[in-house]
Amino acid sequence: MLEIKNLTASIEDKTILNGIDLVVPDGEIHAIMGPNGAGKSTLSYVLSGREGYEVTGGSVLFNGQDLLAMEPEARAAAGVFLAFQYPIELPGVGNANFIRTAVNAVRKARGEAEMDTVAFLKEARAAIKRLSMPEDMLKRNVNVGFSGGEKKRNEILQMALLQPSLALLDETDSGLDIDALRIVADGVNAARGPNFSALVITHYQRLLDHIVPDRVHVLAGGRIVRSGGPDLALELEAHGYAGLEAA
Amino acid sequence: MAAITETRETIDRLAESGYQYGFETAIDMDFAPKGLNEDIVRLISAKKQEPEWLLEWRLKAYRAWLTMADPAWARIMHPRIDYQDLHYYAAPRAPAPKSLDEVDPALLEMYEKLGIPLNERASLAGVAVDAVFDSVSVATTFRDSLAQVGVIFCSISEAVREHPELVRKYLGSVVPAGDNYYAALNSAVFSDGSFVYIPKGVRCPMELSTYFRINARNTGQFERTLIIAEAGASVSYLEGCTAPMRDENQLHAAVVELVAHDEASIKYSTVQNWYPGDADGKGGIYNFVTKRGACRGAKSKISWTQVETGSAITWKYPSCILQGEGSSGSFYSVALTNHRQQADTGTKMIHLAPNTTSTIVSKGISAGHSNNTYRGLVRIMPKARNARNFTQCDSLLIGDQCGAHTVPYIECRNQSAKVEHEATTSKIADDQLFYCRSRGLSEEDSVGLLVNGFCREVLKELPMEFAVEAQKLLAVSLEGSVG
Ligand SMILES: Nc1ncnc2c1ncn2[C@@H]1O[C@H](COP(=O)(O)OP(=O)(O)OP(=O)(O)O)[C@@H](O)[C@H]1O
Ligand SMILES: [Mg+2]
Repeated sequence: MLEIKNLTASIEDKTILNGIDLVVPDGEIHAIMGPNGAGKSTLSYVLSGREGYEVTGGSVLFNGQDLLAMEPEARAAAGVFLAFQYPIELPGVGNANFIRTAVNAVRKARGEAEMDTVAFLKEARAAIKRLSMPEDMLKRNVNVGFSGGEKKRNEILQMALLQPSLALLDETDSGLDIDALRIVADGVNAARGPNFSALVITHYQRLLDHIVPDRVHVLAGGRIVRSGGPDLALELEAHGYAGLEAA
Repeated sequence: MAAITETRETIDRLAESGYQYGFETAIDMDFAPKGLNEDIVRLISAKKQEPEWLLEWRLKAYRAWLTMADPAWARIMHPRIDYQDLHYYAAPRAPAPKSLDEVDPALLEMYEKLGIPLNERASLAGVAVDAVFDSVSVATTFRDSLAQVGVIFCSISEAVREHPELVRKYLGSVVPAGDNYYAALNSAVFSDGSFVYIPKGVRCPMELSTYFRINARNTGQFERTLIIAEAGASVSYLEGCTAPMRDENQLHAAVVELVAHDEASIKYSTVQNWYPGDADGKGGIYNFVTKRGACRGAKSKISWTQVETGSAITWKYPSCILQGEGSSGSFYSVALTNHRQQADTGTKMIHLAPNTTSTIVSKGISAGHSNNTYRGLVRIMPKARNARNFTQCDSLLIGDQCGAHTVPYIECRNQSAKVEHEATTSKIADDQLFYCRSRGLSEEDSVGLLVNGFCREVLKELPMEFAVEAQKLLAVSLEGSVG
């Protein structure tokens, strides 16, 4: 369970998060919507431990652990996964090697046995097939020369193999064609279960047609200004964010 | 800020623990008295029972050396070396072993500890090793199986005795005795090294490798390697090296000569891991090495691949002289410096004949307070019609206290030549580091992964077994040095 209490954070002395309160119980998927610049990506970075973001107040508990005190890699080991809004290119680093190194780092931190190359490739190929990705995605360098949509799918591939218990998906639907959107949604739905929860950041109802959220929150001006059921997304689609910040 | 402080601490910690080859081996040694003069040169030659012509050759080199000065053009700094304060010969006292069974068990154990088992059954599949300990070769494995196909792989001292005509013909034919200060010194006092001869049309059936180990104190190491590939022959050769951790600097001035005849190919790889000194720049090896290959024959090929992570100072320019029509030379280099290490390294590609091609890929990684210079010369001579060169020099900076410099010299005296040069300088970006860490990789593993990615084009040139070792070495040499 993720419990965010009155979280405030700033970048270079500029306050971006203004007191976020949010609880995501195990097994639930919550959507976060909100205008550009509202602080959605900032929230996902603060939760995954990116440097440069100063937490000025509040707390975040993840399964009872103080998430904010942990290094990014320790958060990954604890089960947090961030699908980046803009995935990063790693020249010269093979995708299969990268993901396998990550999977084994996480397994090791959890006290599980490492996976050998053969076992890993078997799983990776199966995941690639499920995600209808071309096989050469494993051979290429991480995100280098990937199209926008391929990069997003590569994030979902990593998620599928790392098997997190909390996924933060930052606009994973942006830039996807209709088929890719369905594939990505299938990827998330496949992970659904009592031990998986997710924060799905999106601007579009069409993603939420496929991944039906338990709750929808509106983040504006650095705080959650409204929360509701799946219908809230439809309402936003119809009326926009106008007037919400005051609410 | 916190991250940077933490990183500094990690570097400090690693500076103490990072070099795992720094032990010393107790072996009863025979030393020449300290100092350098004609008598010492004679003594070395006598110890090795050399023929008169070789003694004369050494003396000539010594006399030439006396008239020379050490090169001042490289971007390296060190106190003056007192050449009279060194031993020029150090060898285990026991008589030279005739077979592997006779090698001192302490030596076998040391090589075992270094991961170089000299026992043929335990060794890496398909790799023959010549082990050079201080001044002498202590063992060469798989000689018999190599001899069956006519390949000669032995120490150079032995080659002088057993194959004098070959040694006499080729020694100094690529790097003349008076070529430069350190080459002249080496020619005067070289102690041992490897000799390889691949007869006409033979593909050497295994990887050949030499493992150099400096053990004795206050001793210079001056090895000499000579590799000859006759027409149509091919060979892949690898050298590795380590030394104990010592507070004083030690000089290593080697010479390597390669000769490739018509359509022959020589691939020479180096994983250089001499002791680099401590975090404050105390101790470490001065690695002043002359390596040169002559592509004598038409369509011959010489390829240098080096991964340089060790040594306090590296001064080294493995070069190719492209004499044969259509011959080609390549140089793939990773030079990593950390702490106070200094590297001034690169290559020379001398195009003498038509249709010659050369490729240079250099990856410099600087961390800590180190200085890393790529220095390269591409010279196209008037007869080198349609010569081609492609040069790519990439520098990666880790932290903001280090220096990276690229000094390319291009001399083109034939209009039809095509010379391309690309250079980049980059840093490990914070977002790349965070991306890796958010996937569960530690900061150190992330840097290791990114650096290996940066070096990929070079690492893929190494023989498989050694590519893995080189990757680990890069990660170990860099752990924690993120700024
Ligand atoms: N490194 C930075 N330096 C200064 N300001 C920043 C930095 N990163 C983000 N910001 C600012 O913080 C605010 C929130 O940005 P954030 O990326 O979290 O928005 P978002 O809700 O994800 O927007 P979008 O929907 O466009 O992705 C913006 O005003 C942005 O300009
Ligand atoms: Mg965003």
